[in-house]
Amino acid sequence: MTSETGFDHKLYGLFPQPRKQPDEGLKELERVWETPRGWKIITAVNNNYIGFWYVVTSFLFFLLAGILALGMRVQLAAPMQDFMSPDTFNQFFTMHGTIMMFLFAVPAVEAIGVMLLPQMLSARDLPFPRLSAYAFWAYLIGGLSFFASLFIGAAPDGGWFMYPPLTSTAFSPGIAVDFWLLGIGFIEISAIAGAIEIIVGVLRTRAPNMTLDRMPMFAWAMLVFGVMIIIAFPAVILCTLLLEAERMFNWPLFDPTRGGDPLLWQHLFWFFGHPEVYIIFLPAAGLMSMMVATIARTELVGYRLNVLALVATGFISFGVWAHHMFTVGMPRVSTGYFSAASMAVSLPAGIQVFCWIATLASGKIRWSTPALFVVGSIVIFVMGGLTGVMLGMVPFDWQAHDTYFVVAHLHYVLIGGMVLPMFAAFYYWTPMVSRTPLSERIGRWVFWLMFSGLHITFLPMHLSGLMGMPRRVYTYLPGRGLDLLNLVSTIGAFIFALGVLVFLYDCARNFRFTAKGPDAGNIFGGGTLEWLPAGLYSTRSIPVVHSREPLWDNPELSREVEEGRHMLPDTATGTRETLITSPVKAEPQYIQLMPGPSIWPLVAAIFTASFFMSLTVQAYPFAAFSAVVTLAAILRWLWDTDAPLAVEQAEVGGGIVLPVTVTGASSHSWWALNILMIVIGMIGALAVFAFFFLYGSSPEVWIAAPALGQTAMIAGMYLGVLALLWAGRRVLRARAGRVAGDLPWVLVMAGALLATWALYCDITGWLDAGLDPTATSMGAIVFMFMALQGQVVIVSLIMVVYLAFREARGLVTTPHNVTMDIVARFTGFVAVQGLVFTIVPRLFPGA
Amino acid sequence: MTEGLAGALWGWPPPVLDPAGPYADSVTVLAWALFAMGVVVTGIVVAALWVALRGPERWRRVLGGEKAVWIGGVAFPGVVLTVLLIWGLTLTASLTKPITGDEMRIRVTGEMWWFRVEYLDAAGNVVMRDANEVRIPVGVPVVFELRSADVLHSFWIPHLSGKLDMVPGRTNLLRAEATRTGQFGGVCAEYCGGPHALMGFVAIAKEPEEWQRWFDARVAADSVQPLAAVSTTNPQLAQGRELFMENGCAACHRVAGTQANGLAGPDLTFMGDRATVGAGILPNHRGTLTGWIGDSQGIKPGNRMPSYDRLSAQQLDAIAAWLGQLK
Repeated sequence: MTSETGFDHKLYGLFPQPRKQPDEGLKELERVWETPRGWKIITAVNNNYIGFWYVVTSFLFFLLAGILALGMRVQLAAPMQDFMSPDTFNQFFTMHGTIMMFLFAVPAVEAIGVMLLPQMLSARDLPFPRLSAYAFWAYLIGGLSFFASLFIGAAPDGGWFMYPPLTSTAFSPGIAVDFWLLGIGFIEISAIAGAIEIIVGVLRTRAPNMTLDRMPMFAWAMLVFGVMIIIAFPAVILCTLLLEAERMFNWPLFDPTRGGDPLLWQHLFWFFGHPEVYIIFLPAAGLMSMMVATIARTELVGYRLNVLALVATGFISFGVWAHHMFTVGMPRVSTGYFSAASMAVSLPAGIQVFCWIATLASGKIRWSTPALFVVGSIVIFVMGGLTGVMLGMVPFDWQAHDTYFVVAHLHYVLIGGMVLPMFAAFYYWTPMVSRTPLSERIGRWVFWLMFSGLHITFLPMHLSGLMGMPRRVYTYLPGRGLDLLNLVSTIGAFIFALGVLVFLYDCARNFRFTAKGPDAGNIFGGGTLEWLPAGLYSTRSIPVVHSREPLWDNPELSREVEEGRHMLPDTATGTRETLITSPVKAEPQYIQLMPGPSIWPLVAAIFTASFFMSLTVQAYPFAAFSAVVTLAAILRWLWDTDAPLAVEQAEVGGGIVLPVTVTGASSHSWWALNILMIVIGMIGALAVFAFFFLYGSSPEVWIAAPALGQTAMIAGMYLGVLALLWAGRRVLRARAGRVAGDLPWVLVMAGALLATWALYCDITGWLDAGLDPTATSMGAIVFMFMALQGQVVIVSLIMVVYLAFREARGLVTTPHNVTMDIVARFTGFVAVQGLVFTIVPRLFPGA
Repeated sequence: MTEGLAGALWGWPPPVLDPAGPYADSVTVLAWALFAMGVVVTGIVVAALWVALRGPERWRRVLGGEKAVWIGGVAFPGVVLTVLLIWGLTLTASLTKPITGDEMRIRVTGEMWWFRVEYLDAAGNVVMRDANEVRIPVGVPVVFELRSADVLHSFWIPHLSGKLDMVPGRTNLLRAEATRTGQFGGVCAEYCGGPHALMGFVAIAKEPEEWQRWFDARVAADSVQPLAAVSTTNPQLAQGRELFMENGCAACHRVAGTQANGLAGPDLTFMGDRATVGAGILPNHRGTLTGWIGDSQGIKPGNRMPSYDRLSAQQLDAIAAWLGQLK
């Protein structure tokens, strides 16, 4: 096999090492990874804790949103009831949808990823533990404050899709919509942080020789999940920015009387919203694939097909968004395209379902509670998928759209595709984190209650929809033939809830969390690495992997790993560390030093939350204060990283010596930064889409652009920024072995300042041309470009100041330095984005 | 009483499966075909699962390879979906045939939370105003010009056609035709805040001659004022009219031939002739009308009409009596 990085694959033959490691090493490892005691546990950043808290929190939101659903079902149990007012009902269904999608489903799969991935990949932790901690705390605090808006009657009531103009100031003057926009925008930041962590984790922290082709299916699913998040979530962030700009500054992006268009929101929202469904489903499908293999005690049939299906689903899901909009009056050609794409996306789903069935058929089934959930999920998911095919047929959708038929469809898909697999996963992976497993007997009760409750609730809704019952109604008239159907649905909902209650009882009785063992162990007989004996540091040594199910193929593996006979036994540098491997073939590349417990991610999360909350209630001074504290906390936590090294390289066993941290293209931070730039770039690209959409919708409000000479000058300035950055890096490289000196950061600083000046010229140019952001949609979107550009300019200015501080302390190393690398690269991105934002509107002016 | 109305407009069989015109007919056929497809495919998957878990060894071997995945997961759905897609696209094309311009035109504007209805002549001028009710002749193609005055709404008469959204700043055209007489329920299908749940209307299909007589009379009454019914000598009706004018009703409602020319709310020129009160929710008679005027906020919380609970029962009844004879 050819090598990806020049690593000699024969070296894998050295493992397992013949001799076990001395016990002192294990003690040292335990000391290094020790968790802070007492209340200081909140400073923990280890994924064993963060992952678990994350899962518990997301489940809490599942329960809260479920309680809201029960409230709605009581209201709808009989016609024209007064159990709750229309306003309360509207808040309930808005919060139910919003919480289930944003605060339960996405965080839950992300949480399961944070908890399971390092174990499955045999990494000591995810690559950015403090970022995980920040993402978790931001989510917990932001989520709970968002939910609390219900108690003060200020919960949003515009639906989870928040369509303007209902959510514009004219029809929703209060702060409820702002709560949604800022709260959800904030939680999306947390989700994106998690996604970056997961992508880098999957690609760079796998056990040696765990090639992409040997990766557990869940890791594949999480990789696709991560990529989909960084492409899709920017759309909802842009949505919230645009609507907030309309609400706060009166920029008419969605107001048709000034050239805006309410359909712009729908396009952007569903460009996020439909992939969102697969973002939720794919990780659960990954869990299913892994559980199916264990249940059938055989490798997954069609591993590569399944990978192909995951990737294809991710890809196609970005081309189907407008099937949520068949009734807005689209041209026939567009409906045809989106209908075809929506049909096409069922093929990869079919592949996955039949891979599972084939695996079950080819193996030797061991029946268990997870198995029951898995089989039940398949049936429900298929039923939901089929009603999805029905809705993909445009003429049928014109009838069924926005009726209870769709409510039934989406709940079948999401419960069959995500909720029941999650419960299966709870039963299956509990032995990994609990001293005792959950009860097989109680688990069957849970399953049958949920399974029957689901059908009793949602099967009748198909008919309610065809009977003409629209969605999002707080009541219905008597005599429409809907009374009995709704009563049955309500009864079903309570049966389902009873199942969840029994599950909680099972947890209370049997779940005993343990992060460092001993846990209940591999009772279902799984073959992947998460079932290796592990402590807070994951495994004592990191196994060299030769197959997809290493534990089945080498029954001795657990013992070998525990005796420290594989790679990176104990600790090589006396600090927290993990092995970074290459993205395709997982060849060992370097040892990453990992940050330990820290209060700063928590502080940053608290003040990020308070920043967004203060914005919502328009307490601007406090918002500014919170922003400063957040920034300080983040910079403080970063300060410890990228420190000059005590040791440059270390042995990872078998005489193999690896460098300790690297810079440039093989560094994990380089990967993370590039992903972040994709996220920001997506926001920009979608803003450009919005520009052209509005241009097409209302060309009459477009005005002439400033003179061409001015455009050329600004473009020249941005090119100058790139030149300065290039020079800065050259200088740093030329000073290899010497101190970095002031020149590199001065050059980078000059670049950032030039970018700032370019933006200033762009803004004044448009103002002089008579463009007013509050007058027309053109003004609004062009100034939105500049607002987006302003954000990244500010970030890059903060970064260069930070770089200057580090240089003053002698922390900038030559010839490469991670901080310098990142600051220069980001500032380069700022210049490129500025160039696009300058040129696009000036090349497409109006008459 | 409510039950009677809703039952007449909606009820069994499900409207989507009980078409009353060509634009709903073919979709009903499609719906049944899709339903059959769904049942058959679910059956196949459940059978396959049963074989995988409990079936004879020989069958399990057949099912347990990649070939089964290609057949069950790719080839079979591929064929089924292609057939469906072709059907769906052809049907979409036939349901969106170009509008010739000769169709009858009715403009319907979604408002929070009712429907403004305007009948247009060939030149596009408004010739008659109504609210929450559209009357069409059987066998005549109709085009509804759908607009919105505020937020998104959606116009849906499941017996006659699929739904189409009412989007601020745009005009969407919906084709419909009734092939039998009757009253058909309609609703707003896009969430529009507040009492969205109680935003309905009625579509009434009549024989062409009968419809023409009705329409001509309406057009005449809407333009040639005053109406006989407006200037009454009956003391109770006169009192009702007076109360209507004095209490601010006229600021929002128009009654042709009087000084009431408010345009914010539904046109009441032919209130007595309307099938429903409160936008498709209550049957129209003196009792419900009285209740609506006195307690519209209790019946439809959050709607734009205040409850006139400061008026006495007798006064409310007088207003209802006057409105009820405006035909």
